[in-house]
Amino acid sequence: MSQILTVSPDFNTKYLAGWFILNNWLQHALETSIRLEVFDDFERQRDAIRDGKVDLIYANPYDAAWLVRERGYRAVAKPRSKCDETVVATSAQGPVERVEDLSPGITVATTDDPDVHMMGMIMLEPADLGAANVTLKRCENYVLVAKELMRGHAAAGFFLADTYNELSPMIRSKLRVLVESQINVIHHLFLVSPAMGEQAVAVHDALTGLAQSDKGRSVLDDIGIPGWDDVSEEDVEFMIDLMDTLV
Amino acid sequence: MNDIQACDVEGEATRHTLTFCDGSTRTVHVVDREVPFPEGKLIVSRTDPEGIITHVNRSFVFMSGYAEDELVGQPHHILRHPEMPAVAFKGLWDTVGAGEKWHGYVKNLRKDGAYYWVYATVVPNLRGGKLVGYTSVRRKPSRRKIEEAAALYRTLT
Repeated sequence: MSQILTVSPDFNTKYLAGWFILNNWLQHALETSIRLEVFDDFERQRDAIRDGKVDLIYANPYDAAWLVRERGYRAVAKPRSKCDETVVATSAQGPVERVEDLSPGITVATTDDPDVHMMGMIMLEPADLGAANVTLKRCENYVLVAKELMRGHAAAGFFLADTYNELSPMIRSKLRVLVESQINVIHHLFLVSPAMGEQAVAVHDALTGLAQSDKGRSVLDDIGIPGWDDVSEEDVEFMIDLMDTLV
Repeated sequence: MNDIQACDVEGEATRHTLTFCDGSTRTVHVVDREVPFPEGKLIVSRTDPEGIITHVNRSFVFMSGYAEDELVGQPHHILRHPEMPAVAFKGLWDTVGAGEKWHGYVKNLRKDGAYYWVYATVVPNLRGGKLVGYTSVRRKPSRRKIEEAAALYRTLT
């Protein structure tokens, strides 16, 4: 029976083929059968985790907190120089210049990406906006968030900063960034399930060893991650404590 | 922890003597100048179980006006502003001491006698069921919340 590898649904789909390549790399390194399973929404992925069907996961920070504290997953590596930051944007044609210009009753375009949504809502607080006085428009992806803003259907929208910066210049020219988070310590984690605990070191070595060969560096390019760094248990606990202050 | 002397601040200052829960005192000079919260940032610190600072992030250092090595090893009340009522901090310590998360609006004192408002959240840090310290994260509050908190605190000091 194969082990299951999965990736947080917020990953950029242009790297999908790369994750299959990484899956193959891990299979060879661990000498075990691993199958990449991609979920297109967060709740379906969480259902699979609850059912014990996920052995390896590249998790967003919000889910990583749950996986480590409540499901016993262990962090083995973090992506180098990649933090999860959030952009709150509006239409460039509109009158809003800063977050404090937004008023109660507005519609906010968002995705089901939990950490981006959480940070986006926090960055609306200076305008006295919260779940009770905004209408949320859930979009399947960030391009659709941008479209809601450009069509004037939403006054503000939340984006993963990396993804915002990869939107086309034409789309970005029609948007205005109101605020971008600069937290620097919230990031994705590569986790192994309790059932795979004995292979945690092997998974860590396989990931951190990628940067040591041309072939490995090519795999890193394919998934858009410059490298994998060690992550201590205390680093992870600190990030989770920090996340806990935000929810 | 050093006092904040009149020569440390710019502008017309008022002098206050703070008394902390451990019985220690500190004389500070404060000025009526607010420093805006940095956009998009979080101010983060950690303390040991006794409230001694063990870690600060760059935003903490920037906003406090102190150097990092002036902060680490000091009690967290190095930021105490004289307009903050003692009862607010009693509520904080009672809450986190019971293992719960605390939220509140806080007016913090900078090294240069100016101030900045934050919305603070403090959580106990548990490792293997044992308390090893506290993490505090501050974010930008709304002006309306600041005015409400300031009005409340004036009735409590």
